[in-house]
Amino acid sequence: MIQAIAFYLFATLTIFSGAVTILARNPVHSVLWLILAFFNAAGLMILIGAEFIAMLLVIVYVGAVAVLFLFVVMMLDIDFAQLRAGFIKNFPLGFALAFVLLAELVMGVGAYKAGGLALGTPDAATAPVAGLSNTAAIGALLYSRYLFLFETAGIILLVAMIGAIVLTHRQRGDVRGQKPSSQISRRPEEATINLQPEVGKGVTL
Amino acid sequence: MIGIEHYVIVSAILFVLGVLGIFLNRKNVIILLMAIELILLSVNLNLVAFSVFLHDLVGQIFAMFVLTVAAGEAAIGLAILVIYFRGRGTIAVDDVNRMKG
Repeated sequence: MIQAIAFYLFATLTIFSGAVTILARNPVHSVLWLILAFFNAAGLMILIGAEFIAMLLVIVYVGAVAVLFLFVVMMLDIDFAQLRAGFIKNFPLGFALAFVLLAELVMGVGAYKAGGLALGTPDAATAPVAGLSNTAAIGALLYSRYLFLFETAGIILLVAMIGAIVLTHRQRGDVRGQKPSSQISRRPEEATINLQPEVGKGVTL
Repeated sequence: MIGIEHYVIVSAILFVLGVLGIFLNRKNVIILLMAIELILLSVNLNLVAFSVFLHDLVGQIFAMFVLTVAAGEAAIGLAILVIYFRGRGTIAVDDVNRMKG
């Protein structure tokens, strides 16, 4: 009973906040509703025991991606009113297409309920181990069988990071940067002088 | 009783909302990127639900890779958005035709 209530709460909030995300006038509100959608989707995942992916969703999406969106939305000075110009014009076609898509997907689920197709059986090697938490089971699989894929994911993130830096970096002419080579090659003899002035006399440089 | 069908329906509705968002906000790249994130979220939800349903952890591992690609896509997309805005002063993308041959 409590599971059903939690499911319907999370599902309703996910769908509602997803709808407001695409309909909101202000992109900042859109981002905030997107965060709510991610939180509720994470709740849906926790409900079926996939806590690792749920936490990853909260950390990666809410912590990094959504903040990146907020940052960009607030940093760029954009006239959002004129960007909504085609909203009404595109509405009928978009809505019809979305309706057809949803009808198809729901029809697929209905057909599945009538008796699903048996497309092979799950691999016993990748079944969750009894007595092991979800995170530990995923870790055991990820660091053994899927190690190379895991490292490939790391490479993808590295490439994305370098790509984003290269794309947005610009050389500005009006700033004076450091010259590390000349700083390092400087020797004490050319930087300092050793004097022994008499008592009461000053030093002229 | 909550079954796999409930999860698949929620994920389908979320997917369709993402597609609708792409259709409705054709000009605003930021909302376009957010709609793509919604689509990827629905895919992840589907993968995780079926992973639990089939007692097979590969679905959750694949969901993690989808998350990786989504994060990279958002970073690169927003970087392109920033340099596009720098060059043109707007982010209206329905008339992006600078690269036509």
